[in-house]
Amino acid sequence: MTDRTSHLELEQHEKTFLDSNELIINMGPQHPATHGVLRVILKLDGEKVLGTECVIGYLHRGVEKIAEHRTYTMFNPYVDRMDYVAAVSNGLGYCEAVEKLLNIQAPPRANYIRVILTELNRLASHMLWLGTHALDIGAITPLFYTFRDREEILKIFEKYCGARLTTHAFRIGGCSYETYEGFEREVEKFIKFVTPKIDEYEELLTTNRIWIERTKDVGKISAKECIALGVSGPVLRASGVKWDLRKAQPYAAYADFDFDIPVGQNGDTFDRYMVRMHEMRQSLRIIEQAVGKIPSGPIMAKVAKVMKPPVGEIYHSIEAPKGELGFFIVSDGSTQPYRVRVRPPSFVNLQALDMMVRGALVADVIAVIGTLDIVLGEVDR
Amino acid sequence: MPEETKSPTPPPSGEPQPAAGEPIPGSVQSSPDKPAASAMPAKTAEAPPKPTGAAAVPWESAMISRLRAQHGSGIEANSYLGQNYIVANSSLLPEMLRVLRDQEEFDYCVDITAVHYPDREKQFEVIWILYSFPLNERIRVKAAYADGESVPSVVAIWPAANWLERETYDMFGIRFEGHPDLKRILLPDDWKGYPLRKDYGIIQQDQEWVQINLGIESGQ
Repeated sequence: MTDRTSHLELEQHEKTFLDSNELIINMGPQHPATHGVLRVILKLDGEKVLGTECVIGYLHRGVEKIAEHRTYTMFNPYVDRMDYVAAVSNGLGYCEAVEKLLNIQAPPRANYIRVILTELNRLASHMLWLGTHALDIGAITPLFYTFRDREEILKIFEKYCGARLTTHAFRIGGCSYETYEGFEREVEKFIKFVTPKIDEYEELLTTNRIWIERTKDVGKISAKECIALGVSGPVLRASGVKWDLRKAQPYAAYADFDFDIPVGQNGDTFDRYMVRMHEMRQSLRIIEQAVGKIPSGPIMAKVAKVMKPPVGEIYHSIEAPKGELGFFIVSDGSTQPYRVRVRPPSFVNLQALDMMVRGALVADVIAVIGTLDIVLGEVDR
Repeated sequence: MPEETKSPTPPPSGEPQPAAGEPIPGSVQSSPDKPAASAMPAKTAEAPPKPTGAAAVPWESAMISRLRAQHGSGIEANSYLGQNYIVANSSLLPEMLRVLRDQEEFDYCVDITAVHYPDREKQFEVIWILYSFPLNERIRVKAAYADGESVPSVVAIWPAANWLERETYDMFGIRFEGHPDLKRILLPDDWKGYPLRKDYGIIQQDQEWVQINLGIESGQ
């Protein structure tokens, strides 16, 4: 050092090399790995994540406000547009909530059709999750496989109700449509077709060294933290909590079927992957049992053409592919709901992101967003 | 550049204006009281049975007696369609919620939301939906708050409440006292008004926006 170097300059020099170099950068909102329009502000020290903040609301459409200006029936198609990869589940949650409020019950045949379609939808949702999640981490092949096989489910939906994604498959009081000719046969054919495919996905990933290194011990969250943060669904189960609303508080016809709740132990990204893979097999088990014994009878309960639920309020929730999807509906006795509140699983689960990625690397943030399985349409509503 | 858009002023709250239940002047919105009825053919086939509206019945349990012993009156426990809820005096919160978590095992905060009743003296009803993993039971706790009155935050009790309270603030303008970072979550920071209040008209909002920014009468 020469004497020309001032004290200040020296200090700056030292700072660059010895002190931490904190950086704040934006990830998203237009980023292929954020699964929609999610903006995450990352505070970084080199590659290490010091903290995050999620900026959401880009897809906010005011669904809850819209509900107050629609009749109960008119609001039904709107719920499909929240979690648009699992529209059938949303419809089931909403229809059952209104049915509860009206104090009516869907007939058994409708309930069986509901279970079959909802479980098919869970499979479709998990397939889409697997394809995109693997793609984010760098495995491109699973995406092609899962999209190819998901197509078969969408074909069944299309044949049943004419729509592939925003299905509007159910009506308050039952189902809109009777099953088509050969529905059972096609579903059975699909089960036979897809069972080996799930093993195929697993062959690609479960023992893959790159996959294991990118997912094991990444984004760990304990059962206690999950419960405190309100996390539900496969994320909660991967942390070791054996809790599934289909078993804990059965709805539709789920009490009739035999299935297991897969749970993980470590609560890391790999366990969440395994839980969802097993869930796909359990869904197939449920469909197999249901499709063999769909009861005969009507598909609609007696429902007034103009629905006026008595004054009161109800909270009803179902196990959607992402977690607990709840509807809190307040009726003032008129044809329109006074207030509809949607409890979205993606929104609450996303809250855990910050905790899960603190201290991890930037690349892990991508893995954790994928493993949380969020759909921004549902986060923002 | 059309990037700078002026946001229309929200309907001033408190002023006489169309409540949500009334048609907004100049709009094509039909009266919500009978929209479906008017669209229906005049006589539909045989009238289906009226929904048997079960009334709310008082709900008594060991837990409620314990809560009453601890907090005295100001707790009203009812059950409607098999779902239990407690209407609590707002002065009992958040202590009662803490007791529910620590002593009654309601360890999971499912949801926090509010309902706006403009005609009531205390306009807002804040609702906490709780679940207990050990008991596999749900309850709702409700308390009424006046406009401008702040609600105690429960983030310290259930961290899950963080975003849920932010959303309630965003949509209703209810302030949660003690929240670590209370700001809007779904709407932009400079948004005016609170959309889920009953006096916030959506069509009004839309028309004002197109009038200011596009110079046309109505976007509807």
